[in-house]
Amino acid sequence: MTNDRPPSTDTQGPLWEVFTQEEQGAPHRHAGSVHAADAEQALQNARDVYARRGEAISLWVVPADAIVASTPGDAGPFFDPGNDKAYRHPQFYKVPRGVRGL
Amino acid sequence: MTTLPPDVAAPRETPLGAPIVEFVLRLGDDRLVLGHRLSEWCGHAPVLEEDIALANVALDLIGQGAAMLALAGKLEGRGRDEDALAYLRDEREFRNCLLVEQPNGDFAVTIVRQFLFDAWSVLYLDALARCPHAELAALAARALKEDTYHLRHSSQWMLRLGDGTPESHERAQRALDALWRFTGELFEADAVDAAVAKQGIAVDREAIRARWNDIVSDVARRATLTPPDEPHMASGGRTGRHSEHLGHLLAEMQIVARSHPGAGW
Repeated sequence: MTNDRPPSTDTQGPLWEVFTQEEQGAPHRHAGSVHAADAEQALQNARDVYARRGEAISLWVVPADAIVASTPGDAGPFFDPGNDKAYRHPQFYKVPRGVRGL
Repeated sequence: MTTLPPDVAAPRETPLGAPIVEFVLRLGDDRLVLGHRLSEWCGHAPVLEEDIALANVALDLIGQGAAMLALAGKLEGRGRDEDALAYLRDEREFRNCLLVEQPNGDFAVTIVRQFLFDAWSVLYLDALARCPHAELAALAARALKEDTYHLRHSSQWMLRLGDGTPESHERAQRALDALWRFTGELFEADAVDAAVAKQGIAVDREAIRARWNDIVSDVARRATLTPPDEPHMASGGRTGRHSEHLGHLLAEMQIVARSHPGAGW
């Protein structure tokens, strides 16, 4: 989980991850990334690249460096144990009709 | 006003039409021409994000221009739609200000031109959005929303270029010096303006000039740039006397429509 990426050879400025919210109450979802020299430029670039056709009502931009990610090597210990215990999965309930957003 | 060479100064401009038509043509032509200028950056901007940003601004302006020219055509009542006005008029019939037809130059020239225009446009549209002409007010209100974002974008670049590296500062200052003489025209009022003012479409140029000066000096100060002390202002675009650049722009913009009249896809 260490941030041991090689130094960037990118000449277009720091990378920012962009999250867009499509409607009130919906979660912000990862939309992509932009290059920008600072937060205001990142916000504007995100708007221009990912929200110019009215796709969003709110935007987050996060310096890509600030994101800590799991590595492929973590996949076994992190994610596999959940698969073979059926009782951990809430699939034995009937969801009443009319309930949305689950 | 600068002295133009005789062949340019010769009064070959077309006679002005009805004041309200002229007034709306000026609005529409500003946006069509600036939008086309910005579209020339498509695929050439310094970084991908800015390429898309400039294309967005261009599309906003071309959309505004199309809507305004459509209104001008309707008010004129001679059956010309926005395409006829955009593609089938000659240079002398265009009513845009000289600022917007100036070539893109380097990125600093494009940004300074955009900033000077945006700061003026938001003030002008804000006044127009409150005029009694319902259609015009509605177009102005819609355009104002877009131009408010354009101003935010161009202001941000003014700060970045002016207060950036020595080279970006020098280029931004050079652009400001070169374009400054085209800003006086933005605040001119002539017989057309006086005539539409009688219909209640009055934009107080002096009030706008004062507020524009405030915006420009504030951004310039923060960008460590100095607006030049330039008393000579160029003029003529509003009556069809343009700089040598508009003809070339129109030749490129109009060639397809003129080579294939009535073509569609």
